[in-house]
Amino acid sequence: MSNEHEKIQAELDKYNASVEKATAKFPLRDNVPEKGLYTPLDVKDLDYAEDLSFPGVFPFTRGVQPTMYRGRFWTMRMYAGFSTAEESNNRYRQLIAGGATGLSCAFDLPTQIGYDSDDPISEGEVGKVGVAIDSLADMEKLFEGIDLGKVSTSMTINAPASVLLCMYIAVAEKQGVPQDKLRGTIQNDILKEYAARGTYIFPPRPSMRLITNIFEYCSKNVPLWNTISISGYHIREAGSTAAQEIAFTIADGIAYVEAAIKAGMDVDKFAGRLSFFWNAHNNVLEEVAKFRASRRIWARIMRDRFHAKNEKSMKLRFHTQTAGSMLTAQQPDNNIVRVALQTAAAVMGGTQSLHTNSRDEALALPSESSVRIALKTQQIVANESGLADVIDPLAGSYYVEAMTNRIEKEALEYIQKIDDMGGAVVAIEKGYIQKEIQDSAYKWQMDVESGRRVIVGVNKYQIEEEPPKGLLKIDASVGEKQVKKLHEMKAKRDNDAVKAALADLKKAAEDENENLVPHILAAVKTYATLGEICNTLRDVFGEYEAHVSL
Amino acid sequence: MDKIKVLVAKPGLDGHDRGAKVVARALRDAGFEVVYTGLRQTPEQIAEAAVQEDVDVVAMSILSGAHPHLFPAVVNLVREKGLKDALIIGGGVIPESDIPALKEAGIAEVFTPGTPTGKVVDFIKAHVKK
Repeated sequence: MSNEHEKIQAELDKYNASVEKATAKFPLRDNVPEKGLYTPLDVKDLDYAEDLSFPGVFPFTRGVQPTMYRGRFWTMRMYAGFSTAEESNNRYRQLIAGGATGLSCAFDLPTQIGYDSDDPISEGEVGKVGVAIDSLADMEKLFEGIDLGKVSTSMTINAPASVLLCMYIAVAEKQGVPQDKLRGTIQNDILKEYAARGTYIFPPRPSMRLITNIFEYCSKNVPLWNTISISGYHIREAGSTAAQEIAFTIADGIAYVEAAIKAGMDVDKFAGRLSFFWNAHNNVLEEVAKFRASRRIWARIMRDRFHAKNEKSMKLRFHTQTAGSMLTAQQPDNNIVRVALQTAAAVMGGTQSLHTNSRDEALALPSESSVRIALKTQQIVANESGLADVIDPLAGSYYVEAMTNRIEKEALEYIQKIDDMGGAVVAIEKGYIQKEIQDSAYKWQMDVESGRRVIVGVNKYQIEEEPPKGLLKIDASVGEKQVKKLHEMKAKRDNDAVKAALADLKKAAEDENENLVPHILAAVKTYATLGEICNTLRDVFGEYEAHVSL
Repeated sequence: MDKIKVLVAKPGLDGHDRGAKVVARALRDAGFEVVYTGLRQTPEQIAEAAVQEDVDVVAMSILSGAHPHLFPAVVNLVREKGLKDALIIGGGVIPESDIPALKEAGIAEVFTPGTPTGKVVDFIKAHVKK
């Protein structure tokens, strides 16, 4: 221990004694962390060059770009989509007019699980949590009047990601925009669907094939596209801790990289297009530490484990969404404050893009006025708070650096455990990851119910409230309308061409060495429906059956 | 008295099962026998499981907005298949304004976000016919 550290230690001992005396009289609150004060002693092993370095420099702890928001702000990307393609198209145009700089499409559940709107299982779900897309015809409507050469579009689509991407490419082609100019993201992260989100279709093996097919196709044809958004968001929403969120997600990322390398791809050919998706939860400083730790972990894994040479392959770029599960149905206006704090965390953590949730989302899908406040929240943080003026402003904070180290360590232990099991796919098949998440979720709930964890308006500071007004209601006839449109489209298209394209796709699916993307693109262009394409693949691949344990 | 038996079910395509699983575990910890269906169950499958397991309670969770269609569908099928007395309850992201219609359709109670699990336990104990 250096002289300096010894001096601090001596002073700290005195301080701790005074704390002990004080707490004898005034006991601490019962949900505060064990340690209440951090000093240089907590970060004495931190090596600036090795562990932090500079923004845009390995291991990117301080950010992936040299200028961060001093150049331009993060992309303010509001997740939206509901009802029909026409309605969603309207909302997109309003968002663009209001200053949104990227689009983010929400699809309804039948679309996310590869069913057409007229499938019996879709009844009651069409157009509910997002827009219904049955075929290229709907996609054309969805982006009507929006120049796909100019906008960047994120699509929350996983199991059928290849189909929706092909539809997007086909719409762009009709607009005269070539594939290599398209910018955007498909979520395309199937592993977290098995573990936390639930919109899977096929078993893991063929799902991983589809994903590597997309990596390969895009590296050659759609080079600016983010081919996957490896998502911790939903893992956190399902109840995980901050460290579990990044650990399980990075373990998924490792599985994707391994699958692509196994399929014969060079790591530097695809890894630069991998992106991540994090949650911005309530504990502001813990979240900042989490974002920083995630960048450092990924950079080292890509360099040391996968021997990436290109720095782009080592940069963990991420989208963030504020935590939907932390919104309360009680006193919903309070959610505006929660979202503002979560936004601050995402910004101080160096996010590349951000969706802010609306105050009414614990009650219904967000209304237009609530969405506006959510977007304005980002604009206020960007322009008025000063948080975006300096890069990685919390670096050097004893607490934040110590917590960055702590989260990194915890996450690495989980990743090691998952490696020992045989990787993320095996860990999910065994139900290990699901169980860990469930345990954390249950603990959270019990802490809320015992009052150890205070949620304002829910278990403390309640007030009598009027029922909220102005909630968004989806017209119940959306399903009927969408089914009618689908049937009209089917009557007009060249059904022989559809049949031939689906037969070709089936043959391709049966040959493991064939890249399926060109075949799906050809099928999409004949106006084969999403359901028809996914059912063709279901015939060959089968369906995933979930592992359920309580 | 026999243990109260509860079927926790996720009707429809919604994959959000944090709430369903937390409630299932809390009910189990409260001494009930709990069966969880897993995701993506049709009303037919849920009713079938309720009959097979001969449950006292069917507890459903939906966060996708499909509750106006799916909750009543389950009630009708469960009754049709002969479980006349089973208590049927629901929860999830459900606007206040939808609740009267759901109750009319036979959902005994609707639990919205922020409900302590203890409230669900107490409701079941008070209302199950055993």
